[in-house]
Amino acid sequence: MAISTTTADFDSILAEAERRWQALTNGDRPWVRVGTGLAGEAAGGFEVVAAVNAVLAERQIQANVSEVGTLGLCFAEPLLDVQMPNGPRIFYRNVTPQIAQRIVSQHVTGGEPVSEHVLGYLGDAGAAQDGIPDLNDHPMLAQQQRIALRNAGHIDPSDLYQYIANGGYSALNKALTAMTPDEARQEVLTSGLRGRGGAAFPAGVKWGFLAGNPDPNKYILCNCEEGDPGAFNDRGILESDPATVVEGITIAGYACNANRGYVFIRHGHNQPIDRTRAVIEQAYELGLLGQNILGSDFSFDVEVALTGDSYVSGEETALMEAIEGKRSMPRYRPPFPAQVGVFGKPSNINNVKTLAYVPEIVARGGEWFAGIGTRPDPDNRINGSSGTAILCLSGDITYPGLIEVPLGMTFRQVLFDMAGGVPNGKSMKLLQTGGPLGGVLSASDANLDLVLDFDVFRAAGAILGSGGIIVCDEDTCAVDLTRNLIAFCQYESCGKCFPCRMGMSHLLEILERISNLEGTEEDLALMRNIGENMQAGSLCGHGQLGFNPVSSALRYFGDEFEAHIRDKRHTGDCPEQVFSPKLTRR
Amino acid sequence: MDAATQSLIADAVNNQPQSTVTVLSSLLAVEDAIGYIPKEAVEAVASRMDATVNDVWAVATFYPNFRFDPPMEHRVEVCWGPSCHVMGAGRIIAAAQDALGLSDEGDTPDGKATLRYNTCLGACAHAPVMAIDHHLAGRVTPESARDRIATALQSAPSH
Repeated sequence: MAISTTTADFDSILAEAERRWQALTNGDRPWVRVGTGLAGEAAGGFEVVAAVNAVLAERQIQANVSEVGTLGLCFAEPLLDVQMPNGPRIFYRNVTPQIAQRIVSQHVTGGEPVSEHVLGYLGDAGAAQDGIPDLNDHPMLAQQQRIALRNAGHIDPSDLYQYIANGGYSALNKALTAMTPDEARQEVLTSGLRGRGGAAFPAGVKWGFLAGNPDPNKYILCNCEEGDPGAFNDRGILESDPATVVEGITIAGYACNANRGYVFIRHGHNQPIDRTRAVIEQAYELGLLGQNILGSDFSFDVEVALTGDSYVSGEETALMEAIEGKRSMPRYRPPFPAQVGVFGKPSNINNVKTLAYVPEIVARGGEWFAGIGTRPDPDNRINGSSGTAILCLSGDITYPGLIEVPLGMTFRQVLFDMAGGVPNGKSMKLLQTGGPLGGVLSASDANLDLVLDFDVFRAAGAILGSGGIIVCDEDTCAVDLTRNLIAFCQYESCGKCFPCRMGMSHLLEILERISNLEGTEEDLALMRNIGENMQAGSLCGHGQLGFNPVSSALRYFGDEFEAHIRDKRHTGDCPEQVFSPKLTRR
Repeated sequence: MDAATQSLIADAVNNQPQSTVTVLSSLLAVEDAIGYIPKEAVEAVASRMDATVNDVWAVATFYPNFRFDPPMEHRVEVCWGPSCHVMGAGRIIAAAQDALGLSDEGDTPDGKATLRYNTCLGACAHAPVMAIDHHLAGRVTPESARDRIATALQSAPSH
């Protein structure tokens, strides 16, 4: 990287960003934003963008059109909003190309909202006079506290100036001008931020392992290898606001005296990849990455590294193997990554969500973040979980989507007050949390009263972990779902160590047998035996936690296993589940 | 192998934009350029990375997104991860198999399409999810899956 010839001045960058933002929001043109994250795409967002652009071109109407990430209201996607100059944003739900054409003719051109498709407004309360509800009053948004998701759905994720105009990079500027690396790390320690990748280890402590290593070449790795079915928050952040993650990595680099960062994403997830690359390129142009960032002594490089399809790539040492271009199989430890990491150099790995919080923690102070969430309760082995939970709701739920709520809320508040419970008058039976290794919980009163807290969840035999919550209604068979979870784990076992490779295959075989009403009394004990061996003998979390789906299902739904084995009776929709993946990956 | 494909492979392997170039990044670049990893590409990657052909095969066979013969005209993927499973992925897979005349994942005999099962396509809130030629579609039903596949089969090849 060539030495920057310009002395980047943050104030002048900020002034330019604010000028551009003013022109967008208070200029002479309407601004149309369409959600085209992965969820927006799945709902038809790109077709909506094409329809909007076609009508604008045909009628020669001047308007700005942006593709944004996700506001998290996935049930309403494709979500499109129109902001007339100086006006509020009017949001439309479940927009089709035909509805988009009407919105352009009637609202963008004529200033008259198409009321029957309106979801709500954000901004200037004048809209309320037209009978349009405040979107912030929607149950899905009302109780949110958006920190990592503060810009999601609001800014064009590929435009770094929009991020800066909304407070971006003030934290890095503050760190570089007013804080030593140790002071920056101290803010993160004070915040109590715990890693959001699953293990919930204090991020500031983890940074300390790397900061203490004197090697001149050190790496910050950002893990977006999010293979957890049911979890899409990492990609949601990267496709909606990648700049907050890039700024977070840069601050982590400063705090740990590291000089290089990687954002690690699965090949084929194009929106997160393209948008992250776009903001990295602009950060270099503005002197926010590269040599002597903002004129300081600190130099830092970031690039995107891609992995192939492999769930185990998300394990920290397997991730390093993949960055080096090898098979993503976990390494033996020690040595630990802070001593010998990627390319043999000391490395620190953080999840996307963890790093996405960092700019706000540095900008607003660790005390502020520590004030959100749950308090420590040493008598019950609760360490306290500060900040928010970024949850992905899918399955049998009225409002599926992506939400950010303060830790300490109850499951019940999230699932019923916010997400509207189970649709079609059915009852909630089962919750699958924290990815396939996280196991299942029954939707009992006791479990619904669990507060969102890493340690509380662990005590209940579940993992809050990555934040994926799959809701299942009364029709779901617990045995069949367990079989599906183990089929996933078996398919994704990397094959390096024996207990996981063989254990998963045997568990799947036994669960197939039980599902087909051919199980025997010995099968439950056999599974427990296999599970104990996997837990004790596997190299990484995939095998160590791989029995969780079975053990938790037996804990909460043991009677359904009994029904299959003893009474030869199905307990839900399992006879309809015609697809039985019998996959041997390699 | 024709000269044009050879040159696409050479270009993909030798002109990667990012600064960290590895065996895996080179293979992904070839897959993006021509849709599969022929023997010639394995040799080109081995030569560029100063690795053995064995080393490159080891990586290529580990990740299920690589295929080793020319791609079909269209690619149909159906997710069977837990979110999609709960929302009826099994019926979508059955419909896709039926629409393509297949009994499992694989290529159709007429060379028109490939059916692949996927463990997570990333749009869980819209389960069940499928992707046709890398374009996601959510909340699909057996009927809409059939319709989408029929439309794709009549459209131009995706590459």
